[in-house]
Amino acid sequence: MTDIGHAVRQICAVYHNDASRLMDIIEAVQSRYGCVSSEAMNLIAQALGIPRVEVHSTVSFYSFLSNRPKGRVIIRLCSDPIDEMFGMLPVANTFEETLGVHVGETTADGAITLEWTPCIGMSDQAPAALINDVVVTYLSTDKAREIVAELRRSGDPRKLVHRLGDGHNAHPLVRAMVHNNIRRKGPVVLADLPPGAALRKALAMSPIEVIRDIKTSRLRGRGGAGFPTGMKWEFTRQAEGARKFVICNADEGEPGTFKDRVILTEYADLMFEGMTIAGYAIGAKEGILYLRGEYAYLRPLLEHILQVRRDAGLLGRDICGKRGFEFDIRIQLGAGAYVCGEETSLLSSCEGRRGDPKNRPPFPAQKGYLGCPTSVNNVETFCCVARILDRGPGWFAEIGSKGSPGTKLFSVSGDCAAPGVYEYPFGITLAELLRDVGAEDVQAVQVGGPSGQLVGPDSFGRRLEYDDLATGGSIMIFNSSRDLVHIVRKFLEFFADESCGYCTPCRVGNVLLLRKIEEILHDRGSPDDLHYLEELSATVKFASRCGLGQTSPNTVLSLLRNFPEVLKRRLKPPAGEFLATFDIRAALADTERLVGRSSVMYAP
Amino acid sequence: MSSKPRIATCSLAGCFGCHMSILDIDERILQLIELVDFDKSPIDDLKHFTGRCAIGLVEGGCCNEENVHVLQEFRRHCDILVSVGECAICGGIPAMRNNIPLKECMDEAYRNGPTVYNPSGVLPNDTALPLVLDRVYPCHEVVKIDYHIQGCPPPADAIWQTLVALLNNRPVELPYEVLKYD
Repeated sequence: MTDIGHAVRQICAVYHNDASRLMDIIEAVQSRYGCVSSEAMNLIAQALGIPRVEVHSTVSFYSFLSNRPKGRVIIRLCSDPIDEMFGMLPVANTFEETLGVHVGETTADGAITLEWTPCIGMSDQAPAALINDVVVTYLSTDKAREIVAELRRSGDPRKLVHRLGDGHNAHPLVRAMVHNNIRRKGPVVLADLPPGAALRKALAMSPIEVIRDIKTSRLRGRGGAGFPTGMKWEFTRQAEGARKFVICNADEGEPGTFKDRVILTEYADLMFEGMTIAGYAIGAKEGILYLRGEYAYLRPLLEHILQVRRDAGLLGRDICGKRGFEFDIRIQLGAGAYVCGEETSLLSSCEGRRGDPKNRPPFPAQKGYLGCPTSVNNVETFCCVARILDRGPGWFAEIGSKGSPGTKLFSVSGDCAAPGVYEYPFGITLAELLRDVGAEDVQAVQVGGPSGQLVGPDSFGRRLEYDDLATGGSIMIFNSSRDLVHIVRKFLEFFADESCGYCTPCRVGNVLLLRKIEEILHDRGSPDDLHYLEELSATVKFASRCGLGQTSPNTVLSLLRNFPEVLKRRLKPPAGEFLATFDIRAALADTERLVGRSSVMYAP
Repeated sequence: MSSKPRIATCSLAGCFGCHMSILDIDERILQLIELVDFDKSPIDDLKHFTGRCAIGLVEGGCCNEENVHVLQEFRRHCDILVSVGECAICGGIPAMRNNIPLKECMDEAYRNGPTVYNPSGVLPNDTALPLVLDRVYPCHEVVKIDYHIQGCPPPADAIWQTLVALLNNRPVELPYEVLKYD
């Protein structure tokens, strides 16, 4: 038996050769061997008794997994527009020069790989990068040189962290240079609660009464879609099935969002408490925290908090002395796929497969994880749940606005004096928020991340709430010096990369949108392109299978609606019959060189 | 010149299959002649445009500079330009070369192919021969195309329905049966 064969078998045995734990198995193999080689895939398939193609399919889907060896250290530079605005391009150039490789390549000695990665949830301390699991923030060209020198010297990314961040970022289990940047605390999420306080109040009621309280509070999901939480729980409770699940969606991948990072760092207890209450309410014994791969640095802390809760009788059997109530939580680590924030993709990923979305119906509340009734809720939603049980639904419902009770965390980044996390009651206007964060000379604000809307000053009086400007939390601010068409291009690049490829409208449509925007950006756009963009966007939104493609054209549509002059400035009708994008001289150049004569018809 | 609307057709980098399909409208071609006059077209063998045309039907994509030139002429003379068939819309079979570097294509065709005899290794460069483009372009990447009729070839009924609709300024009715290919 070869060494790797033995090791892989051992890893699979840890997960009881359970194919639904394929993600964990692959991650374990990769962390041991640096990649999941063809041989390793065969061995995993054999041990789990599944076709090899299923293993290959999962490995090839996630950007943090690889079937080819990469460097022992992988530097992942954050590619979102906010990082670019704060100087990522010169930083990337410095990395390329000092390492002697291009982005996407590995140094000749196999030590260091340099890559781009979409938003890593650090837009408030941009430019930032992930170096293996270590986050490095506020990068500069000087720091890039120091990082390369340190990695060449020790090969240990942990040595890059000199000054620790605030709060739990300095916890011995975290030791990160990340800052929380909590700028405004509110009464619901960013407030203390003794562990178990809300849970005990919940356990004093019947599960039906807990759901009734959540319904009375009119709590809506904080991930962005805003589905009423109480209703989701009721459906899950009523669905047939002996085994039910509670899943916390901590795959915070929407560029410009980082509020869950702060909750996970400082208020994880509150979130776990909310999950446990959910377990009690819907009749689930098992919970899963789906943690995005970019936040792997928080995993040891989160595991520790779970253990402390187990030791305190807040997880496990007979919780808080309530006989028969049993609930525990495991952490499922993602591996760099935005689409896994979509709940059905997240379920696929938890089951160990590619993060492909599933058809709905059936909804997860009927048939979710492993076909069992499952409630998937956002990190922030669970925090609200715990607070509602502690303070009462009436107290909660009075905060915020009519259709949007409670508070909301906003992740504010871009051109402002104080980027960070703000907790506000729902219903504040964008103008109030912009004033508080110290944003001046604002040209546009991207509300709700790339899948949300890009709005201009005429919308600053609008309210941040479900019924007006809805957002999962991302607020990116762009001042008048920023090129909005370029920013939309960056967003479309992101969607084209992150599309899972399952359905054609999303896989192809986003690339076509990107190409057209690039043509316009290179001054080869014509007035007809506006109509083309409008029609194509409508098709992609209408025909795509999941939320990714159904929302990705929003960035284009809001540019068309809210900033038509920005686009029109760059468009001109073609002078002759040819389209502005067709260059006959360029199309002939190669042939002229090969045959050794110039064109007669289209003479240079 | 009669007052009937004029139609022009051409085959660029195509196989003339789409033109065969135009002829496949059978006896309706007599109706068509009642409706329109043919201008530049392989059907009447007119080599040059004689006037303004209402509709231009384009078969095939652009693989060389002559294709581009003809397409340019069509755009200049036609009010409405329609890409007819796979090659005009996507490049079709000729576009299979798009994934192979141009020099390799030329070498295979004129120097190294098993049936080639070309001791001097010269590539065809007579000025009478149009130069090929770096790749095969679908028509809508060269000029503005107003409509596309898909198919390889599009069924005669699809072409007929489109022409009748355009000539009568009505929305086109293309039932599923006319456009399904499996």
